[in-house]
Amino acid sequence: MRYLFEPGLLASDPVRIALLIGAVVAVTSGVIGVFTVIRAQSFAGHSLADVATTGGAGAFLAGLNQFWGFLAAGAAAALLMEGIGVQRRRGRDVATGVVLGGALGLAALFLYLGTLKTAATGASFTILFGSIFVVSPGTVPAIVAAGAVALLTTAALSRVLLLSAISPDIAASRGVNVRLVGIVYLVALAVDVSLSAVAIGAVLSTALLIGPAATALRVAKSPGRAMAVAAVTGLAATWLGIVLAYDSYYWPPYGHGWPVSFFVVALVLVGYLLSYARKPRRLVPRSPHEGAECSPA
Amino acid sequence: MFSGLMANTWVAASIVAVIAGVTGFFAVLRGSTFAAHAIPNGAFAGAAGAALLGINVIWGLAVFAVGGALGIGALGRKARHDVVTALTLVLMLGLGALFVSVSSQYAQETYSLLFGEVFGVSRGEVLPIAGLGVAAAAAIALAFRRLMLTSALPEVADARGVSTRRTEMYFLIVMALATSMTIPVVGALLMFSLMIGPAAAARAVTARPGVAMALSVAIALVTVWLSIALSYRTNWPLGFFVGVAGAVFYLLAKVRGLSPSASGTVGNPVTS
Repeated sequence: MRYLFEPGLLASDPVRIALLIGAVVAVTSGVIGVFTVIRAQSFAGHSLADVATTGGAGAFLAGLNQFWGFLAAGAAAALLMEGIGVQRRRGRDVATGVVLGGALGLAALFLYLGTLKTAATGASFTILFGSIFVVSPGTVPAIVAAGAVALLTTAALSRVLLLSAISPDIAASRGVNVRLVGIVYLVALAVDVSLSAVAIGAVLSTALLIGPAATALRVAKSPGRAMAVAAVTGLAATWLGIVLAYDSYYWPPYGHGWPVSFFVVALVLVGYLLSYARKPRRLVPRSPHEGAECSPA
Repeated sequence: MFSGLMANTWVAASIVAVIAGVTGFFAVLRGSTFAAHAIPNGAFAGAAGAALLGINVIWGLAVFAVGGALGIGALGRKARHDVVTALTLVLMLGLGALFVSVSSQYAQETYSLLFGEVFGVSRGEVLPIAGLGVAAAAAIALAFRRLMLTSALPEVADARGVSTRRTEMYFLIVMALATSMTIPVVGALLMFSLMIGPAAAARAVTARPGVAMALSVAIALVTVWLSIALSYRTNWPLGFFVGVAGAVFYLLAKVRGLSPSASGTVGNPVTS
């Protein structure tokens, strides 16, 4: 790993790939995260990332490219959660939890079998925490394409998504298939989360999904602006995180870089805390159904 | 399978199952599933910190678990609960990633803290777990009515002067203490599966709280025993069996709960 941290930031290929992948992940997560926060699905967003880990471990075991494992497991879990899921938030959380529990069990098995096969104990760590500097160049086009698909799907559905989040009843009365919209959105979320799981690790992808979006929703006046602010905040945190991680090679303990994920998380949290300096706007109702109860309809 | 060394495993795992069944019942009832996932998972990062400082892992686990519970409880006043839970979890895991990378000699222990090391539990480890099990059960029993009231009828609880916030904080701290002690034995991810699966299954079958809680404990015990036996036979990780068994029990209960005879009692009886 050490040769990755030589001086000359932009001259190094892994760093350039990291900056590109980081940008794709940050922008996609920022935009999709706004809906995740509005729809109160942070737990689903985090769980899908964890479940994607299982796919990553399974692909590692089967000797396939981990990216496809992440993607397949994420999409399958999204369908399963929506399949058992109840519409009410508590029921949804329980369904999410049960799927997550089962998937983590599978992950334990895959990782165990994986360590038997290769005796590489570091594998579980790589899968969980990821490393943006070891994305293989071959997966880059796939990551960019999947990110674009998730982003465009969400953008195309944005009005319907907002409406069905704020008032499912009004949406239904306007002829929106709320259930179908929910499923499509959750699959888009799964794709996005699998991307960031590959980039900064399954567990920490939650940071890019929730942090910038929660920050943006505190400072922006409209959902559209919130998406823009979230994308920019996420992008700034990711790029700054990569540069800091690169520099940290010269920090103590010497000869050992600090992880990118740590810097990205720290920056995202600083951004969120800074947003408290401003007066909050209640763009989002405190509970997903509060709007429905107050609405004149 | 029942030899001297394994006896400790059976005892410790049974105690853990009872704790998980009881706390999990309330976690599911209160909709704190995300917190039930975040606290043990984040506490695992504390273990990495303790390893870095060279102190007993338990201290790292306890500090991070209780810290996480306090963070979720305190910040939950200002912003939406799920967002705060996610950010607290992410902060702890970010620190964990840093600790692990700085100490750089942790991979094997990481695995056992995430997925558990239930075989080869020593007698010295059984005693604290037993003590903790009693403490957690007592803490839940003491506040049983308050917990039920604030879970089922938060408005009535507020009207009666029972603080929903304080009860939530109390519950989160009990959960944090219960999980931090059990993580070295069953693992952070496993503890979550064991809390949610059986409790969700029990709630899908019956809406009566006492019965559901007893059933939750019973399913958790069966899950753990079955998993230990299977894990012992196959040498596959315990976490696999526990995670899958929890999901299977839930699905079975769901299928049964959907049958016309029982469908009237499914779900929270209060929210309509």
